[in-house]
Amino acid sequence: MNLEKVVFGFFIVLAATLNFGFFVGDIERPELHHIYELFAAIVVNLIATVLKFGDRTQIGAIHLATSLVADLQLIAAAMTWGVAVHVTGVGMTPEITASVVSLSGGALFANIVSVTLLIAETVMMRR
Amino acid sequence: MNDSVLFLVLRRMRAPLIAMILVYAISVFGLVLIPGVDADGKPTPPMTFFDAFYFISYTASTIGFGEIPNAFSYAQRFWVTVCIYLTVIAWTYAILNILNLLKDEGLQRALATNRFARKIRRMSEPFCIVCGAGETGSLICRTLDQVQMRFVVIDHRPEPLHELELGDYHADVPALLADAQTPGNLLLAGLQMKSCKAVLAVTNSDDVNLAIAMNVRLLNPGIPIIARAEHAAVATNMQSFGTNFIVDPYALYARRLALAIRNPAGFQLAECLTRVPETPIPEMPMPPTGRWIVCGYGHFGRAIVRELDALGLHDQVTIIDPRPTAPDDHQAILSQGTESSPLIDAGIADAVGLVAGSDNDINNLSIAITARELNPKLFVVMRQNTAANSVLFERFDADLTMITTRTIAHACLSYLTTPMLGRFIREIEQHPADWSSSILKTLQPCCKGEVPFVWRLQINRAKSPALTTALLADHEALTLRTLLTSNRQRDERLPLVALMLERSGHLTLLPPDDFALANGDKILFAGPRDAWNEQKVTAQNANALEYVLHGHATTGSLLGKLIGHN
Repeated sequence: MNLEKVVFGFFIVLAATLNFGFFVGDIERPELHHIYELFAAIVVNLIATVLKFGDRTQIGAIHLATSLVADLQLIAAAMTWGVAVHVTGVGMTPEITASVVSLSGGALFANIVSVTLLIAETVMMRR
Repeated sequence: MNDSVLFLVLRRMRAPLIAMILVYAISVFGLVLIPGVDADGKPTPPMTFFDAFYFISYTASTIGFGEIPNAFSYAQRFWVTVCIYLTVIAWTYAILNILNLLKDEGLQRALATNRFARKIRRMSEPFCIVCGAGETGSLICRTLDQVQMRFVVIDHRPEPLHELELGDYHADVPALLADAQTPGNLLLAGLQMKSCKAVLAVTNSDDVNLAIAMNVRLLNPGIPIIARAEHAAVATNMQSFGTNFIVDPYALYARRLALAIRNPAGFQLAECLTRVPETPIPEMPMPPTGRWIVCGYGHFGRAIVRELDALGLHDQVTIIDPRPTAPDDHQAILSQGTESSPLIDAGIADAVGLVAGSDNDINNLSIAITARELNPKLFVVMRQNTAANSVLFERFDADLTMITTRTIAHACLSYLTTPMLGRFIREIEQHPADWSSSILKTLQPCCKGEVPFVWRLQINRAKSPALTTALLADHEALTLRTLLTSNRQRDERLPLVALMLERSGHLTLLPPDDFALANGDKILFAGPRDAWNEQKVTAQNANALEYVLHGHATTGSLLGKLIGHN
């Protein structure tokens, strides 16, 4: 067992699960999507991205790319939220909630790809 | 290769980046949980995520706006104190890491390799690759720079490359700190580029040179390889796969020495044409024939003895060597030769010449000094292995000193810059002494005591367009005099000597001034740099040629031509 691999796998799966936890629930209802969960998802996703730095293999490149996509989507979701609440002042209307949650849905898809890659890599290694 | 630097940086920055993310996340999250207080002391809801992130961003970067309007509650102050220290530590850690990374040897090397590759890609002029920047390599570099040829240097030692960087070169010299045996490094140096014209393998090690020659032969079969090889086996090996020019410094020098014995003027002429231009012309030595003593029967000694045998001095050669090599039926003495008794045994009293040719400089000096004491009239030939000992050798002042590195450099250069010179040297070897001395006499006023530049002028469309056009127009016969006339003042003759002319494989030695030129001629000239440049202009520029031929100074413009015709 390799501790580095454990940490790596842990963060990738955690990023996906937190993302899923935020995403799941009726898309229009803000009370079903807690901001703490979005925050945690962003932080864990960023850490997962940094962990993927510096791998020159093909699979490493795809890993990094999916993580960057997830980061982008989640940060976009957080910014939408922040702008709606603080800048325009419209608050979490059903439309805004829907767009925040669907952005996080995109990130979830990228995270699922990432987890799939992780599993594929493990299966390929046969050790 | 750019990727590798980026990946290296990213990989090293992983830990500090994660630390930063965690510290920021913890700080922001803490602020989001802790309730605030308003002016009346009533608790207010905690900060929002955006406010918290904004606050931590300016606090962590030590900008410290203080823009949040409400005063903090005590709980918030406690937490912010913790945050300030946490973030400062995280930032310090990250910055130290970046600084360390910049100093990192691996990164520096990756950056240098990138810079090198970029320089090579931009190189549009023809260039050659010099592998090995030691004594030989740097001498070659300096001369190549002098004859305005671009080059790239590969060496695995940093010191010679530093010296190269400090050297006073006209052109920019891309240098790579790498092992030239590795094909990748040769490719990086532009081996497969169209403008790469030759590769010189002049490292100290025969094996490395062999590997380089093999790499070049396989990776770019079209270009010439010039390789240094001191062992006969390596030389044969190199020959077997078609290395173009193999420099065996010892055989080369032994041959020169034999030439000096037979034909001192020929020796002086050959040396004068092959040395580094603009250095003083070497003196004419007069090595006598008679009894010779050769100390050290290594590669050098063997080559010398072979040449002396060929001169018919077989019975008069005595070999002194500490190793029982049993030199074929020569008189031999088993000794170092550094003390007087073996030298006396070898008959130093009635000997005419001595070769101190072991591979140890100090022993060579010791042999030579002892021998001079025993017989002051002795002609001493010495072998100098390291340039660092130059001062000692100059002080002793032997009649001839064979400096290995210099011999190799001269041979490589003359092959590389003027391929016709080798044939001319062979002609010198075959001609009698007075032929050489007459050439020396015509050469001397041209170059004022300095070694002249030697170059080849090719009459073809690419190298001398003006001359070719004039020859094709065929109004009158162009003679060699055209190329010997100044294009500033046409009564003046350029201080040049035409040594040899080659026309479809046929050689004409010392062509006379009224020799008619033809397309495809190749002419070997010797003379100073100014004369060379002026001749180049005449051969390439139609207006200069017109002036030289007819005395019309034209600008070549259409209007000028119209007026001129009327």
